[in-house]
Amino acid sequence: MPDLLIELFSEEIPAGMQKRASEDLQKLVTNGLVEAGLTYAGAMAFATPRRLTLTVNGLLAESPTVIEERKGPKVGAPEKAIEGFLRGVGLTLDDLEIRDDKKGQVYFAKMTKPGRPAAEIIAEVLTATIRNFPWPKSMRWGSGSLRWVRPLQSILCILADEEGAEVVPLEVDGFASGNTTGGHRFLSPDRFAVSSFDDYEAKLKRAKVVLRPDERAEMIWHDATNAAFANGLEVVEDRGLLAEVAGLVEWPVVLMGNIDEEFLELPPEVLQTSMKEHQKFFSVKNPKTGRIEKFVTVANRETADNGATILAGNQKVLAARLADAKFFWENDLRVAKAGMGDWQDALKNVTFHNKLGTLAERIDRIATLARELAPVVGADADLAEKAARVAKADLSSEMVYEFPELQGLMGRYYAEAAGMEPEVAAACEEHYAPLGPSDDVPTAAVSVAVSLAEKLDVLTGFWAIDEKPTGSKDPFALRRAALGVIRILQETESRVSLGAFIERQLVQVARRMGASWKLYEFQDAGEDSTRWHPAMIVLAEDQVIEEELSFETMRQIFVEGNLSLTEGEDGRLPSLADLGADLLSFFHDRLKVYLRDRGISHDVIDASLAMPGNDDLVLLVKRAEALQAFLKTDDGENLVQGFKRANNILTQAEEKDGVEYSYGADVKFAEADEERALFAALDAADAAIKPAMEAEDFASAMSAMAALRAPIDAFFEAVQVNADSAIIRRNRLNLLSRIRQTVGQVADLSKIEG
Amino acid sequence: MSTDTPRSFQEIILRLQTYWASKGCAVLQPYDMEVGAGTFHPATTLRALGSKPWAAAYVQPSRRPTDGRYGENPNRLQHYYQYQVLIKPSPPDLQELYLGSLQAIGIDMDLHDIRFVEDDWESPTLGAWGLGWEVWCDGMEVSQFTYFQQVGGHDCHPVSGELTYGLERLAMYILGVDHVMDMPFNDPDAPIALSYGDVFKQTEEEYARWNFDVADTDTLLQHFKDAEAECARILDTDYDDPKTGKRIVMAHPAYDQCIKASHIFNLLDARGVISVTERQAYIGRVRALAKRCADAFVQTKAAGWVPEAAE
Repeated sequence: MPDLLIELFSEEIPAGMQKRASEDLQKLVTNGLVEAGLTYAGAMAFATPRRLTLTVNGLLAESPTVIEERKGPKVGAPEKAIEGFLRGVGLTLDDLEIRDDKKGQVYFAKMTKPGRPAAEIIAEVLTATIRNFPWPKSMRWGSGSLRWVRPLQSILCILADEEGAEVVPLEVDGFASGNTTGGHRFLSPDRFAVSSFDDYEAKLKRAKVVLRPDERAEMIWHDATNAAFANGLEVVEDRGLLAEVAGLVEWPVVLMGNIDEEFLELPPEVLQTSMKEHQKFFSVKNPKTGRIEKFVTVANRETADNGATILAGNQKVLAARLADAKFFWENDLRVAKAGMGDWQDALKNVTFHNKLGTLAERIDRIATLARELAPVVGADADLAEKAARVAKADLSSEMVYEFPELQGLMGRYYAEAAGMEPEVAAACEEHYAPLGPSDDVPTAAVSVAVSLAEKLDVLTGFWAIDEKPTGSKDPFALRRAALGVIRILQETESRVSLGAFIERQLVQVARRMGASWKLYEFQDAGEDSTRWHPAMIVLAEDQVIEEELSFETMRQIFVEGNLSLTEGEDGRLPSLADLGADLLSFFHDRLKVYLRDRGISHDVIDASLAMPGNDDLVLLVKRAEALQAFLKTDDGENLVQGFKRANNILTQAEEKDGVEYSYGADVKFAEADEERALFAALDAADAAIKPAMEAEDFASAMSAMAALRAPIDAFFEAVQVNADSAIIRRNRLNLLSRIRQTVGQVADLSKIEG
Repeated sequence: MSTDTPRSFQEIILRLQTYWASKGCAVLQPYDMEVGAGTFHPATTLRALGSKPWAAAYVQPSRRPTDGRYGENPNRLQHYYQYQVLIKPSPPDLQELYLGSLQAIGIDMDLHDIRFVEDDWESPTLGAWGLGWEVWCDGMEVSQFTYFQQVGGHDCHPVSGELTYGLERLAMYILGVDHVMDMPFNDPDAPIALSYGDVFKQTEEEYARWNFDVADTDTLLQHFKDAEAECARILDTDYDDPKTGKRIVMAHPAYDQCIKASHIFNLLDARGVISVTERQAYIGRVRALAKRCADAFVQTKAAGWVPEAAE
């Protein structure tokens, strides 16, 4: 069984694309081979900056012969039908077989598709793979029309077995396949022939190319940690950087260099970011002080001077870069120490979104909301507002302009330098959190207030301009913002009535939108105020405009202002309350996803959502968790059945009779003991559930509810609801209604499935 | 090829000129207008379009008004030099040719670490983009290497290979100078040895002041509009010249106006009178001019245009 070796040799492939490209090469080629009937034992793919390599071993030497049968027309069918069939299968009448079928005698064609040699199939598959390779970005070069990530230079494609290796002949856009490759660009540039994968990998290593990316990464990490250790230091781990650097070199050589003394006082994150982003250096820190004192760079070669020239050059470049960083840091500190006012002013000229105004306006809204939220989350209102006003000031700083990923963190340093309260400084850094599902949420009260406010502002803002996430599209990361709010509220157990805050923030957003549209320039009188957009309503409420606007005029404003507006199914534009309700239900949807991961099923959440106060997400989750636990018990499961039975009978009767049985059942009409027992049980449950619900003690409420299970079961066992006596029947239906009321105080069990 | 270290800024330029001349490039002279980069020279922007082969190398003085630092910053200048090479179609050994040029200016290939690091190039004002690398020498970016895919909204067929060297930075590195103004401009042993500062310190100061604080913005705004209007007017003119009876597409004169508008925009930017939102609009206006110039150039014989066969 032969082995296949493919190498696509090119000019330098971007480091970030190599891994995916080697995987794509493997997938496309092996899938193509298998589809053509060529199975194999194993395959591996590798990438270096200049090559994608695939080795497939234990490949079939040729695809198996395939016999295909096709059913034709009946014997005696019209001649044209038989002729057509013969043309289709490419046979003559003599070649056909006649078989007995249910409907009589039928012609069958038996076609033998002979196997094809592996080389032929490989040539086809590889040609198609090269022509249709899924590079994220590709290019043309010279006069050709082929697209590759960077100019392709050669194609190696050989099939090797015990008897030797043979080139699989193919040609793509003037590139003919061969059995040669090139070594390291500088250390061993000559081309050489190879006869198998082992031969290829060994010869490459002699030509100063380490084929396997993990081997290069391992070499780099090993040598870097050793060099650091020898100096009593340690390398700051960075997996992403390691993978990237391993994709920039074919022959890694680790060199450790010094950082000039004058830069060591920069914040360590600044040093690390500057070295990583600009130079792809690893940071080396002193484990005793946490200070970053040296760097590791990875060269792509050995030199006669053991890298002295390379290291000196890198040190010089780093010094220039850090001189810039130091310059930014010192300039920034001056502005910071003066109170950051200049930075806040500068944000008046930065557009946040063309329909939502500037960053300064956004910060104003966040500050107002943070102030309102503060008492609810236990923060000092003045501090929360102050923190909100400075939290994004660092966006104007030179350092953040240079390194956007340091936003927030620099804000903290600068707020500290400005002598601001530690809570304010912490909020500068923490208010962006959580950035992902595994990121920590802020817990300090001021940070919580600002973080919630900034997320609620972005959500209400994009809701107001109808830029909600759809399907896989969520360009403004609104799902992440909503999940952030949910996680902060849960993890800090903050009791916030979201609905009220959402509506208040929508008013703020809408007011700002309305102001920018200069509505008062439009004077058409209109009649149908239900069709007004929220912004208009707010403006009207504020009496900024005295004239009423017609729907047509508004439409004109929207069209001219290039604003989107989506009418509801009833043809109405959404009101502020509609928008708020829609956003709240978005939160509920995100909450379902969040709780599903914690083992709470969607029907339990629906049963809890149907209860009042569902915009307090902490309460909602408490209720759902208690209900989920309750439903797992035997009592819980059976109570649901009993409840549903009662509810069904009652609902049917109410529909049929056209009345609502909620006038209160009277125990004096009870006939059976079981009936009287149920009255007593409901009284007892009510007495227990009410105070438990007021105390939000859901567990006690649930267990009081559980006590109803046996009496309800016994009642249905012994009693016929549809009694002959109309009075008794009505009384029993009213009793069922009491079950619904009593249980309904805890959760809406009709939403529970099963 | 000598690999000894050059002694001055001008020697590096001369060696690049000699090297690329020896590789068959036409050594052109700088374009006689203010531009932001060597790419703006019509020998690159326009000649990258159309089917005709092309090979040119030249020095291009470039101006970036916002980068002025009164001659005080060690490596930031509002006026600097780029060395530009454009070869169409890009030859298969362009990387080797490029490495040869580094050798020619005294970078010892056996001691340095040269790397091709991904860098996609895009010029929003020219409506152009390409893929390539920034070339690193021991961690320092010494050149930009780009395969042009589109210019002025037109697909490039064939594709040009473009090399851009930032001459001051490269020379400072080779000559081991820390502040650009200290760099020897001519031979340091010449009877009248001149440093970069002797030549440019004065002008950097003067232009920084003018660019940032003195340039009259009303005049500039008017010049921008004038250039825009003139560009359109030129391109709207009938291709057939009534005087000579020839078909004369005036792509180059129109493109001069596009260059002018682009530079005026840069000056206005330095004066701080263009807001963030207006910025995009101005860039879009320059791009619209560049696109129309590109449309016109592909209608010229220099771009390989041929009259349709007579009926």
